[in-house]
Amino acid sequence: MAVWVFAEATERGPGEPALEVLSKAASHGEAVAVYLGQASGEALAVLGAHGASTVYNLTGGGDLPAAAATAALAELVERESPGAVLFAQTYTSRDVAGRLAARIDRPVISNAVDVAIDDGCTVTTEVFGGTQLVRTAFTGPGPHLVLVRPKSFSAEERGGTVSRVEEYPLPDAGHAGSPQVVDTTVEQAEGPQLGSAKVIISGGRGLGSAEAYSLIESVAEPLGAATGATRAIVDAGWVPYAKQVGQTGKTVKPEVYIACGVSGAMQHLVGMKDSKRIVAINKDPEAPIFSVADLGIVGDVHHVLPRLAETLRSRD
Amino acid sequence: MQILVCVKQIPDPASPSSLDPDTSRLVRPPEQVLDDTDRYGIEVGLQLAEQTEGAVTLLSMGPTGTMQGIRQALAMGVGKAVLIDDPALEDSDALTTAKVLAAAARREGFDVLVTGVESTDGYSGVVPQMTAELLGVPALTFARRVEMDGPALRIERQTASGFDVVLSPLPAVLSVTAGAVEPRYPTFRGIMAARSKPVDTLTAADLSVSCDPGQTVVSVAPAPERQAGEVVEDSGTGHLRIVEFLEAARVV
Ligand SMILES: Cc1cc2nc3c(=O)[nH]c(=O)nc-3n(C[C@H](O)[C@H](O)[C@H](O)COP(=O)(O)OP(=O)(O)OC[C@H]3O[C@@H](n4cnc5c(N)ncnc54)[C@H](O)[C@@H]3O)c2cc1C
Ligand SMILES: Cc1cc2nc3c(=O)[nH]c(=O)nc-3n(C[C@H](O)[C@H](O)[C@H](O)COP(=O)(O)OP(=O)(O)OC[C@H]3O[C@@H](n4cnc5c(N)ncnc54)[C@H](O)[C@@H]3O)c2cc1C
Repeated sequence: MAVWVFAEATERGPGEPALEVLSKAASHGEAVAVYLGQASGEALAVLGAHGASTVYNLTGGGDLPAAAATAALAELVERESPGAVLFAQTYTSRDVAGRLAARIDRPVISNAVDVAIDDGCTVTTEVFGGTQLVRTAFTGPGPHLVLVRPKSFSAEERGGTVSRVEEYPLPDAGHAGSPQVVDTTVEQAEGPQLGSAKVIISGGRGLGSAEAYSLIESVAEPLGAATGATRAIVDAGWVPYAKQVGQTGKTVKPEVYIACGVSGAMQHLVGMKDSKRIVAINKDPEAPIFSVADLGIVGDVHHVLPRLAETLRSRD
Repeated sequence: MQILVCVKQIPDPASPSSLDPDTSRLVRPPEQVLDDTDRYGIEVGLQLAEQTEGAVTLLSMGPTGTMQGIRQALAMGVGKAVLIDDPALEDSDALTTAKVLAAAARREGFDVLVTGVESTDGYSGVVPQMTAELLGVPALTFARRVEMDGPALRIERQTASGFDVVLSPLPAVLSVTAGAVEPRYPTFRGIMAARSKPVDTLTAADLSVSCDPGQTVVSVAPAPERQAGEVVEDSGTGHLRIVEFLEAARVV
């Protein structure tokens, strides 16, 4: 039975999280992509290369297309009876997954880090900060709906092409009325991105003040690193939410993750513990972050970071 | 304006949690606290009520226990609470929860139904969207700022790269992020008043919802542990050790 993957368009075509899930679906056999947003030839090529043989292209739908996309997707699902529909756990995809579950009366399992699809569908999730793995099987009829955490699978090109494209224009207002986007603000567009940078350096409340976040930036710059943050300092308004790493922020998997003045709360750990290597700087030798760090420096960020920045700069 | 705020009582996150080996469900002590993330939804609800001379009602499904968490919420200034407590709903998943909340919302009537983005203990993060779908209203999700704009609601909705300003007609479901507002602390008067505020209790049958989660836990196992590595005290040369480490990792 075909596995479907819902993919929302980004400014650069299909988003990386959706391609990760599509790669996983293709490894199980026939994969179908449901693409929300006008699919260019380039976007179709990318979807094909990652294993989609068929693309259902949902176009239009107004500013916030989740409700309209859900109605169209529900009709398609009814007609084609896929075994499972997988979603990357990103904003609009989460909205569509939740709505679809309610509309077709099927459960959805969120926060999946692995999915096994055979005759049935078994989903792995992490609990207690990733210390326990829970496997849950669907017991009712399909399609089984799963929301997958970003970075759970790697996006792999397998060199295929899309053989069938069907376009479904969506009505501008969904069945749930028509909220409108009146303005869009981009807070983190320039420079190394959390999703792709080899090195990430994150700051937490241990920095002491919003101004001290410049210490993080001064180390990031010579390293070409992306900069991240804990929720504590995002909530405090020191840095924008786009930098938040963790359960309610981004999931990252860089070569090296450097945590500075970060305690290592379970909700932060789930977003970064799968980094290849972890460095932590914290003045408290008992801080939980040290239990996942390959290198731990017990020290003050206000001493270590300026010296680190200086040393890295002088090497360039 | 009629504002409903959905809140959950959860086991105190400060005390160690465990899974029941028989049911694989979180062990729930009778003493539960208000999910901290729900304080933001309550504050948003109270502010909207203040702006519109409206009223705020809590909706909460789960074991009532000692009601400590509900009292915490009422003490912030909420007018009344509707609790749905029924052993028949014990296995509720997110969709069953949404069915319960949607049915209760229909019964109470609402202009705005406020939720958190995701709860602290379950964190499936789809209850708001499901509830909106069942009610046939817009879902204004991931709101980090909320205000009335005439008869419409104006929010800042988080996106992967920043935020969108969204204007929506009512009624609507609104999910607010932690940090969206500064939740007020209960006053002494609020705490006293909370004791006598009306609390209604409903069952699954009152709302005509039955529970079939459609999923079952097949195994729980420890995850492969990450080993702690070397920990060194900084005596003025910690930064050099980091540079060495970065060199070995070939990222400088
Ligand atoms: C539902 C829910 C979702 C959440 N989602 C997220 C999420 O996505 N991401 C996230 O990060 N958090 C999340 N949290 C919050 C999380 O529980 C923690 O509160 C948060 O991660 C703590 O941030 P922190 O490490 O910056 O602050 P703290 O826990 O306050 O830690 C600060 C650390 O800095 C150290 N320190 C202090 N001064 C110095 C100094 N001068 N030099 C060096 N070290 C110093 C201290 O020893 C301490 O360990 C969530 C919580 C909930 C309930
Ligand atoms: C007898 C009984 C026992 C239960 N035992 C458990 C248990 O062991 N573990 C568990 O996680 N849940 C339990 N529940 C509650 C229910 O099953 C969960 O709330 C439900 O699965 C929602 O999932 P979530 O927390 O992941 O929602 P999310 O989608 O993460 O929640 C988002 C938002 O939706 C709202 N919301 C979610 N759940 C509720 C609720 N119950 N009442 C009001 N508003 C809500 C909140 O505003 C929340 O911030 C129990 C319920 C009953 C009746």
